Amino acid sequence: MSAVYAQDEYGRPIIIVREGQKKQRVSGIEAHKSHILAARAVANIVKTSLGPRGLDKILISPDGEITVTNDGATILTQMEVQHQIAKLLVQLSKSQDDEIGDGTTGVVVMAGALLEEADAMLDRGIHPIAIADGYERACNVAVAHLESIADTVPFDKNNTDMLMRTAKTSLGSKIVSKCHDKFAKMAVDAVLSVADLERKDVDFELIKVDGKMGGSLVDSVLVKGVVVDKDFSHPQMPKELKNCKIAILTCPFEPPKPKTKHQLDITSVEEYKNLQQYEKDKFNEMVKQVKDSGANLVICQWGFDDEANHLLMQNQLPAVRWVGGPEIELIAIATNGRIVPRFAELTPEKLGFAGTVKEVAFGTTKDRMLVIEECANSRAVTVFVRGGNKMIIDEAKRSLHDAICVVRNLVRDNRIVYGGGAAEITCSLAIEKAADQVSSIEQYAMRGFASALDAIPLALAENSGLSPIETLADVKSRHATENNPWLGIDCNLKGSNDMRKQFVFDPLLSKRSQFLLATQLVKMILKIDDVIMPGEIEG
Amino acid sequence: MSGISPVQIFQDNATEERAENARLSSFVGAIAVGDLVKSTLGPKGMDKILQSLSTGEIMVTNDGATILKSIALDNAAAKILVNISKVQDDEVGDGTTSVCVLAAELLREGEKLVNQKIHPQTIVEGYRLASAAAYNALEAAAIDNSKNPSAFRQDLINIAKTTLSSKVLSQDKEHFAKLAVDAVLRLKGSTNLDNIQIIKKAGGRLIDSYLDEGFILDKKIGVNQPKRIENARILVANTPMDTDKIKIFGARVRVDATGKLAELERAERNKMKEKVEKIKAHGINCFVNRQLIYNWPEQLFADSGMMSIEHADFDGIERLALVTGGEIASTFDHPELVKLGHCDLIEEIIIGEDRLIKFSGVAAGEACTIVLRGATTHLLDEAERSLHDALCVLSQTVAEPRTLLGGGCAEMIMSKAVDEVAKVTPGKQAVACESFAKALRELPTILANNAGYDSSDLVAKLRAAHYSGNNTAGLDMYNGSIADMRTLGIVESFKLKKQVLMSASEATEMILRVDDIIRCAPRERTRE
Repeated sequence: MSAVYAQDEYGRPIIIVREGQKKQRVSGIEAHKSHILAARAVANIVKTSLGPRGLDKILISPDGEITVTNDGATILTQMEVQHQIAKLLVQLSKSQDDEIGDGTTGVVVMAGALLEEADAMLDRGIHPIAIADGYERACNVAVAHLESIADTVPFDKNNTDMLMRTAKTSLGSKIVSKCHDKFAKMAVDAVLSVADLERKDVDFELIKVDGKMGGSLVDSVLVKGVVVDKDFSHPQMPKELKNCKIAILTCPFEPPKPKTKHQLDITSVEEYKNLQQYEKDKFNEMVKQVKDSGANLVICQWGFDDEANHLLMQNQLPAVRWVGGPEIELIAIATNGRIVPRFAELTPEKLGFAGTVKEVAFGTTKDRMLVIEECANSRAVTVFVRGGNKMIIDEAKRSLHDAICVVRNLVRDNRIVYGGGAAEITCSLAIEKAADQVSSIEQYAMRGFASALDAIPLALAENSGLSPIETLADVKSRHATENNPWLGIDCNLKGSNDMRKQFVFDPLLSKRSQFLLATQLVKMILKIDDVIMPGEIEG
Repeated sequence: MSGISPVQIFQDNATEERAENARLSSFVGAIAVGDLVKSTLGPKGMDKILQSLSTGEIMVTNDGATILKSIALDNAAAKILVNISKVQDDEVGDGTTSVCVLAAELLREGEKLVNQKIHPQTIVEGYRLASAAAYNALEAAAIDNSKNPSAFRQDLINIAKTTLSSKVLSQDKEHFAKLAVDAVLRLKGSTNLDNIQIIKKAGGRLIDSYLDEGFILDKKIGVNQPKRIENARILVANTPMDTDKIKIFGARVRVDATGKLAELERAERNKMKEKVEKIKAHGINCFVNRQLIYNWPEQLFADSGMMSIEHADFDGIERLALVTGGEIASTFDHPELVKLGHCDLIEEIIIGEDRLIKFSGVAAGEACTIVLRGATTHLLDEAERSLHDALCVLSQTVAEPRTLLGGGCAEMIMSKAVDEVAKVTPGKQAVACESFAKALRELPTILANNAGYDSSDLVAKLRAAHYSGNNTAGLDMYNGSIADMRTLGIVESFKLKKQVLMSASEATEMILRVDDIIRCAPRERTRE
């Protein structure tokens, strides 16, 4: 479109609407349709990664970095969508990720399905708000039904069977399913060792997931302690220490640097010499203070001066420098030590304790890491992932994070529902039943919600190479006839639809939040009927 | 434009490839990378010339990791293969080509299976079964000779020879194998290859390269100082020897008269002199510093007949400390606490036309120096890479002493084991297992092809030999026949093979599972 302009009396143009600055505007049903299409496009992308036989995606970042992942939230955030509604869906999966940590794909697929149903209803002339209200009612029914069918799983520190199985359900769709038991066990152990079962709380700060290329996924380990990507400051310090009393310092082994602006003028030889002496004494004093406190290992957030470094070495004080803030906190928690900001405040009580501290070398490179184990406080753990390439390690870390979240959710609330689409199918049936009793137009919307719920088992069946409609119809009829809410899609082709026997569990919290979040977002999208975009200013 | 036309949800230049297209793209990319490097495999493999686009510099190499690192690839799957080759390099140091080729072959077979409409996850399951079986077979076939030092040494020499035989050093592999083994054994179990210094000097022949029994430092001795010291006591230090700066922050010198300035200057000089005196108090006759030594202290050292060596970089200092058994010192107030280094003789030697300092008769000797000679710098660079590969593999073998037979023997053992598993596996996974076995057999096939032999015939013979119970049979690439690898002494490290198998199958799994490639719009490059 060319610019709109008028001419003044001399023939000079007066620009009224600048070229390319036309505002774009979509409104009414057209806007709804366009939004629904965009949302469906997003849902279709992640749909194929649902379930144990779902596939992965490769994402290439603007800088050419590669991510291979199965995690819905990661796929969506890294694919950098531009469409506004698509962005909302990205947000949706992110909030599921923040809140629950798992089920990020499911929530998007569900929102997509709900919108698809809404599309059909809009064609029939049902008002968007009526649809939104109907969805709301249906969602309430579904959540209530979920709670009624939820099972409680018993667990404690010694009986982790159920936790393992739930973690395995979460890990089943990921690449780490190669060492399924191992990763599930690592996730469960990690959570249980930091969990506060009394308060039903799990502090994620205490679980660190670290990775290092090389070896294979099987070589991954759970370290009951802290792993720091650092080495000893002096190459000749011992590489392995036993019974360490650790001084954790946040002050540099350097001459003091007052924060206020100052100047120290040297005007005479006398002063110069004094200053030299002061410097030397300062170093000696620092080392002495550390030594006096009884510490035999120094972990410092800052650097060391060469001289200080050698003094430490001479006084048999192994030291680690440049340990980052979060890591130093973790070490402090793990070893029950206090972070000491000044040498003068160092006392024996403030020292941390660890059974062994050793430097571990990897492969043929110079990389070395420090493993701090047998700490005084066994609650800090590090999951150390190994793998054949960078992408697999990243993916394994994400998968572990998901599994850890799932286990944490169970610690918070140990009610579960059955996976494999079982929960969705039974909710769908429950909603249909409830819908018949609604007299208003919302009835249709509720039925729409019910059939949208079928999208998840359908996608599961499709990804597993089963005939989706046939399988779903079969399972659904069995739900109705046998009144058995734990029948789902047999994704692993084990020959049984009973999810209870296959041990496919999802935490109730996660399912419920999927329903609530998806419904909320769909309601919001349905309420939008006009999008105005400022045109791009050219030049 | 109406609102219901297809909605663009990505940025303008983003692309998405789905399902078959995505798979096609990743298979093609991975196989292309495999084909690219496969001609370098084996003793008769060929080298590649890499020319830098920006500087026009030329590199001749046979090392898979080096080749792959230098190519700018735009294919996601290809990048994964490059990454596993890099990890292989970091972890074991050699087998960088094998790992890529194996992964590419596995994917080539995978592609065929996908075309037969087998679900990728089923293929992945089959491959998992197969790689577990292959790993067990590897473990069963591995031999540990570490209890017997002479046999172990022979193993190491054989491994070095096997590694070197595919490299530019193959002509003199006996010599270099021995050299590499000696160097690694001196490290006494440490895997830190920094302690082996490789000095490259153009001139002479490759065979003139040698492992120095002492240690060579590529630095100069200060002027007017003795060029030869017998029974040296060495202080290895890391301390500023220019002017000792005042470290207290914010301090500065402010004087109001020239006289005072002169006084201060004198004080400064005195301070340095004191420092030198303190250093001398250690009773040493050689002082090696990491940092610069200015003329004034150097002269002081010269005056007292001591040798001082400045600016030895960090690695040099660390190695020297290891070799001579001294500690790296930065303060000099407690001479009695500092461990000094010792060696029988320090002298200046000349290699080619460069003067170097040689420490011989060293006390600890946990580091060493290899002097490489050769006709051109390219040759030297490639020789260094080859030797580095060999050293890496050897040092890893010292840590994990199990060994396997090379020449396609280990692959054939694995392939046989995988075939056995395929036979007893019900379901479609068996087909994937068979493909895995086939991919493993591709490695000896490529070896034979590269050597110009009739690969189908040879590999069939090799397979027959293994099935008739001769599980040490492999390909003899010099005679083009099947031979007993144990008698030929073609040995490879277990860790290497294990890492190849694990990395390749993990990468394959990862690529097979992909059904969608989303490429974000490339970041706009703005010229500054």
